[in-house]
Amino acid sequence: MDTGFLKISNGCAIPRSDIPQLSFAEFRENALNIVKGGGKVVHYFGYKENGTVKLLAVLRTDELLIAGTDAPDSYPSFTNECEPFHLFEREIAEQFGIRPEGHPWLKMVRYHPNETGKPDVFDNDYSEDIPGRYDYYQVDGDEVHEVAVGPVHAGVIEPGHFRFNCIGERVFHLEIQLGYQHRGIENLLTNVDSKRLPIIVESIAGDTTVANATGMAQAVEALTQVETDTGSRIIRTIALELERIANHTGDLGALSGDVAFLPPANYFGRMRGDFLNMTLLLCGNRLGKGVVRPGGVRFTIDDEIRNELMRRINELEPQMKHVIDLLFSTPSVRSRFEGCGTVSKGDAEKLGLVGPAGRACGIQSDIRREFPTEYYQKFEIPEYYEPSGDVYARARVRADETMLSIKMIKTLLENRIETQAVDFGNFNLSPGSFVVTVNEAWRGELSHCILTGDNGEIARYKIKDPSFHNWNGLSMSLRDTGISDFPLNNKSFNLSYCGFDL
Amino acid sequence: MLNTLKNRFEQGYKTTDYPKTDIQLVDRYRGRPEITQDAPDDIVKMCASECPQDAIDAEKKTIDLGRCVFCGGCERLSDGKFVTFTTDFGTGTSIREHLFTDGNLPALADHSKKHFKKLFGRSLQLRQVSAAGCNACEADLNVLATPFFDLGRFGINFVASPRHADGIVVTGPISRNMKTALLQTFEAIPDPKVVIAVGSCAISGGPFRGSPEITEGLDSLIPVDLYIPGCPSHPLTNLHALLNYFK
Repeated sequence: MDTGFLKISNGCAIPRSDIPQLSFAEFRENALNIVKGGGKVVHYFGYKENGTVKLLAVLRTDELLIAGTDAPDSYPSFTNECEPFHLFEREIAEQFGIRPEGHPWLKMVRYHPNETGKPDVFDNDYSEDIPGRYDYYQVDGDEVHEVAVGPVHAGVIEPGHFRFNCIGERVFHLEIQLGYQHRGIENLLTNVDSKRLPIIVESIAGDTTVANATGMAQAVEALTQVETDTGSRIIRTIALELERIANHTGDLGALSGDVAFLPPANYFGRMRGDFLNMTLLLCGNRLGKGVVRPGGVRFTIDDEIRNELMRRINELEPQMKHVIDLLFSTPSVRSRFEGCGTVSKGDAEKLGLVGPAGRACGIQSDIRREFPTEYYQKFEIPEYYEPSGDVYARARVRADETMLSIKMIKTLLENRIETQAVDFGNFNLSPGSFVVTVNEAWRGELSHCILTGDNGEIARYKIKDPSFHNWNGLSMSLRDTGISDFPLNNKSFNLSYCGFDL
Repeated sequence: MLNTLKNRFEQGYKTTDYPKTDIQLVDRYRGRPEITQDAPDDIVKMCASECPQDAIDAEKKTIDLGRCVFCGGCERLSDGKFVTFTTDFGTGTSIREHLFTDGNLPALADHSKKHFKKLFGRSLQLRQVSAAGCNACEADLNVLATPFFDLGRFGINFVASPRHADGIVVTGPISRNMKTALLQTFEAIPDPKVVIAVGSCAISGGPFRGSPEITEGLDSLIPVDLYIPGCPSHPLTNLHALLNYFK
C-alpha cells in the first residue's frame, strides 16, 4: 500500500527536498492509517519556512517513515481518532498557534507564547510569572476533594504540579501540569555557536546526558558525512549502558525506600554511586558530561582503565544480583508492588508508552533491537516484557535490564578498545537536509531531529524525550489507586521533568 | 531475615572517613584549574575563543568558574600549557568575584560568616529547590544522603518544608516559569537564612545563558551566601563547601 510516506533510516541524512509534501488531507489520512495500523508517533512537529508554518511527521512501524505538509490555521484533531497524537497536537498548538479542532483536552504543555504571533490557543497571559491560568480538570461530588502538590516538592526533585481528585484515599484522576522547567532549548539550539551545541544538549536532562549527546552526535555526523570508528561506538555503548544501570539502580533503591524496606534502599543507593564513579573514571564526570562528541568520543579506554572497569563491575555484579533477590523475595515488598498502579496494555498502547514503562505493560519494543545504532547490532537484545503493568512489573523490568546491561558491558570490556579521542571543533552541516536519530535511552525512545537551512544553519532542532510519551502513563496508573501509593508509582516511572519541558 | 543479614555482611561498612582523611579522586576528574600566567598569548586567545562557555578572560588570564562547565576543552587545546585541571574538588566560594580565578581560590573557611557558624554549625536544615535544573546537580546533592557520604552525621539534612529550613539550596538556571515558586519558597524560610547556589546554571545561567526563558544568576534575584561551581558539582565539592562554610 502506498502510504505517501518515505522510508528513511535511523541517523541517515536526506535532502529536505526528498521529504514528500502531501496535501493536508492526504497527510492526515495516511498518518492516521499508519498509526491506527500499529505504527508509533516518533515526531509530529511544526517548523517555519519562508514565513509559513509546515508540519512534519516521523512515524515508526518496523521502519521509519516521514512526510510533511503545509500547516492550516486549524484542522480537525487527529487525537479524536487516534490517541497517540494527543500531546504532539498540543505542542504544535502551543508552539505555532495552530488549533486542532475538537481535541478532547486542549491545554498548554510548557506555558510559553507561540512563535508566530497568532492569538494564543489557550488564552494565556504570559506577562504573568506563574503558569497558573488554567482550570484543572474537576470531579464533582459531595465527598470529592482535591489535593494539589508542587511545583516545589518535598524531596530533592525537579518541579511540576500534580492535582489529584480523590474520594477519601482513592484517586479518581491525577492531572499533571509541567512546564516549570522550560528553558527554551529548541530555540536556543538554532541561535548559538556550534561550539555550544554539545554543552547544551548534555544538559537537556542530566540523568540522560550520554543518550542525548549520542543522539545529537549521530545527527551531526550524518549531516557532516563523518563515520565513527568501532572503538568509539563501543565506548558510547558502554557509557549508555552505565547510564541505564545507574538510573535503574537508583530507582530500585528509591522504590525499596518507599515501601519502608531500608536495607536495599541503602545498598542500591551506594551501588548507584559506584556505577556513576565508573563513568567518572571514564570521563571525569559522574553523569557522563563530556564523553560523546560529534565524530566519536573525547575519552579513550586504555587497558589500565579497561581492567579497572572490569574489576569494579565484576565486584558489583554479584552484589547487584543479591540485593535484587533480597528486594523481590521479601513478602512485604511483593505485597506493596504487586497489583499497585496497574496500566493495561490497551491503555499503554493508546497513550503510546515507550521504554521500560511500556515493556512493563507488555509492549516489547526496544530501539536497541529494532533500530540499532552504535554497537548494539552486535548484541541480541531479547524480546522481553512483563505483562502485569503494575509497580512490580516496572521494578522487575528495570532489575532485569540492569543485569543484562552489566553482561553487555562485561562483553564490551573483554577486548582492547582502539580509538582516537576526538575533540570538538566547529563543523559545517550539509545545507537543506534532514536527519532523525532514535536511541533507547534508559527511559525509552529518545529522538533528535535536525533540519538545516540553505547555508547549513540549524533551522529547527526537535527533541523528544521518552517522558513525553510516558507522563500520561503515570496519571493512568493512579486511577483507582490509593493516593498514598503515589510516591511508589512515581518512582516506578521516574520520568523526566526537564527532558519533557526542554 | 537470613537473606537480609547475608546482604548486610556482603555490603560491609562503606561510609567515608572524609574530612578526617583526604579523598583522592581519579585523574580524569576536573576540579580547580591551575593557570600558567606566562602562557603564550595566541594559545590563551585560542582557548578563550573556543571555550563553549566563554568563561575565559584572555586579558586577565582568568577563568570564571561560575560559568565554566569543567569540560576540560582549554586544557586539551593548550595541551596543558595554559590550563590544567587538578583533582582538588574544594572549589566553593562565598563571594562571586572569587570564582573569577587565576587558579587560586581563597580558603572558604576564612570567608564564611561567623554568625552562621554559630547558628548552624551543629544543625543545618536545608530546603532544596530545583529551578529548571537538569537533574544532574539535584542527583549529586541527593547522593549526600547515601551511606558513603552520610550527610546526616554532620547534622546537615535536606528537609521537606521551607518552614523547617535554615536555608535554601538552588539548582538550575531559574526558568521564567519557576521564578515565582522559588521566590515564594525563599520567603517562606524564617530569618536568618542562608542561600546556596549550586552548579553553573544557578550561578550564571550555565549552558542556557542567552535564553530569554532563564535568569543569568541567582544573585540577581536574592543575595547568595555560598557558591558551589560545577556541571554538576561533585558531591565532595558540595560536602567540602558545606563543612568549610558552616563548621
